[in-house]
Amino acid sequence: MEIKALGCEPLSLRRVFIKDGHTLDVYKKDGGYKSLEKALGMTQDAIIQEVKDSALRGRGGAGFPSGMKWSFVPRDSPKQKYIVCNADESEPGSFKDRYLMEYDPHALIEGMIIAGYTLGSNTGYIYGRGEYRYLLDILDVAIDEARAAGLLGKNILGSGLDFDLHTHTGAGAYICGEETALLSSLEGYRGHPRMKPPFPAIEGLYASPTIVNNVETLTSIPQIIEMGGIKWRDLGTEKSGGTKLWSISGHVKKPGVYELPMGYADMEKFIHEDCGGMLRDGKKLKAVIPGGSSVYIMNAGQIMGQNVTLDYEGLVAAGSMLGTGGMMVMDETVDIMETTKNLTEFYKHESCGWCTPCREGTDWLVKIFNRISTGGGRPEDAQLMLDICDNIEGKSFCPLGDAAAWPIQSAIKQFPGDFKKWLVDNTSANGVSPNV
Amino acid sequence: MAGTTATSYTDKVLVNDEVAEFSPAVIDEMKAHVAKYPADRSRSALIPLLFVVQRERGGWLDNPGINFLAQFLNLEVTDVWETATFYSMFNLRPVGRHHIQICKTLSCKIMGEPEITDHICSKLGIHPGETTEDGKYTVTMVECLGSCGTAPMMQIGFDYHEDLTVEKVDKILADCK
Repeated sequence: MEIKALGCEPLSLRRVFIKDGHTLDVYKKDGGYKSLEKALGMTQDAIIQEVKDSALRGRGGAGFPSGMKWSFVPRDSPKQKYIVCNADESEPGSFKDRYLMEYDPHALIEGMIIAGYTLGSNTGYIYGRGEYRYLLDILDVAIDEARAAGLLGKNILGSGLDFDLHTHTGAGAYICGEETALLSSLEGYRGHPRMKPPFPAIEGLYASPTIVNNVETLTSIPQIIEMGGIKWRDLGTEKSGGTKLWSISGHVKKPGVYELPMGYADMEKFIHEDCGGMLRDGKKLKAVIPGGSSVYIMNAGQIMGQNVTLDYEGLVAAGSMLGTGGMMVMDETVDIMETTKNLTEFYKHESCGWCTPCREGTDWLVKIFNRISTGGGRPEDAQLMLDICDNIEGKSFCPLGDAAAWPIQSAIKQFPGDFKKWLVDNTSANGVSPNV
Repeated sequence: MAGTTATSYTDKVLVNDEVAEFSPAVIDEMKAHVAKYPADRSRSALIPLLFVVQRERGGWLDNPGINFLAQFLNLEVTDVWETATFYSMFNLRPVGRHHIQICKTLSCKIMGEPEITDHICSKLGIHPGETTEDGKYTVTMVECLGSCGTAPMMQIGFDYHEDLTVEKVDKILADCK
């Protein structure tokens, strides 16, 4: 697997290439915790302005402007405030945060301390998915190092700031990547999402003002403080600032984590040249899911020759979304009905069961897919599935329902032939009769 | 989720009031988790503590372990079950010493997961969701573990095994003692 930067100097990835970059000594020698020192000499308003200027958008998938999110926190509230890192990386196709935590845990810690100072919080939690136990162990070591060096705890660097940080483990639930479900889980409950508003910035963990940010978002904060928001933004585009980590998997020769400036041109070159092209020579590109499984699937015609730029706006214009930047590439051997069935099984398993449209809808969809894949497809099934999707999308309690509907809606639209074979001709896209 | 039926949770809760005991070292480990949260928010430690109990009780959450946690955190037994039954990493019935969790989600699926699963299951003589008779292995199919660039992959216990091939799987299984 590749880990590299293209079209920019490695920024988020830079300590991947420095031996022992995960240790405090090496991190400090590489300029680590200088941004914290700088931030402690700035006003809170000035820091929030830098983050706004940077055009940093949340890297966990939703892409909400981070500076604006921070500005929602009532900093003068007498309540305790919390900084929570969302390290529940569970979106199929996404595996970037793993490498940030493994190779650069102190950048995350530094980003969280700066967030704590800015928002008037003295406690932070890193909520990692339960399967990432080895990463939580790495983070625990780094937190102990930082605490021993006076970078966490009371009176950090003599500034009067108190801030401490703890890791917290999840236990296998995709829904806990949704920020309010994460907070329920962090309080020891089932991972059910909560009604918004109130947003977590007003009433989050323990009903106190809370900021929940993705790992990549928080590790970007020291970079922004070091460079200045405008300069950081200008690495990318005006609306999509900075660089972005892309996780690419599936049928390419060189899958991996790539750091690209926002606005990188273009998607076809990225897949066919930078990532080495199709895994199996002679096989053509068929489909790409560009931003983790919860975005619209694209066919090759939406990518080839279309100059799709890799940023929020470019992917929306091309008919999909950036999401988490978890790009899954499929060659022509893949049957898109089966792909969609696989993803729908995922959403059925991960639906938390709280609201009816999502719980029942995903269950019915899987039943229909099971019937289709065992030879029982009917011509009207495409419309039946679209009707069910319509009853989930926008009608579920949280975005998991939308995420379950979008792959199906887009797959039926972009790959009608694959569905026709199963629904009308009753053979798979490979021309192989299904097992009846 | 590999688990028993809802009825059997209820049965266990109703009929079994035995409370597990743990060594002072384990109790200290649990207290260190509780200390991470505000004093009146000790329920926050429930998930980390369920992992500790699962590890100490042989890889699954039995009733005495749950009863202990209810007392330790001053919760109702049903509160503990409510949380424990939500999360797929908590085993609600015994699993083998080596819990093989094979990722079945898209990137792994298209990169060779079916072949890996067939190989493991036929080698062990079990289906996904089952445990070998000697109690050594359990195979569970799981959803995306964030290892798509190194697909196909599986997790045994907490250890990631990536870029799997049939040959590599044979070696990994041979190393399981």
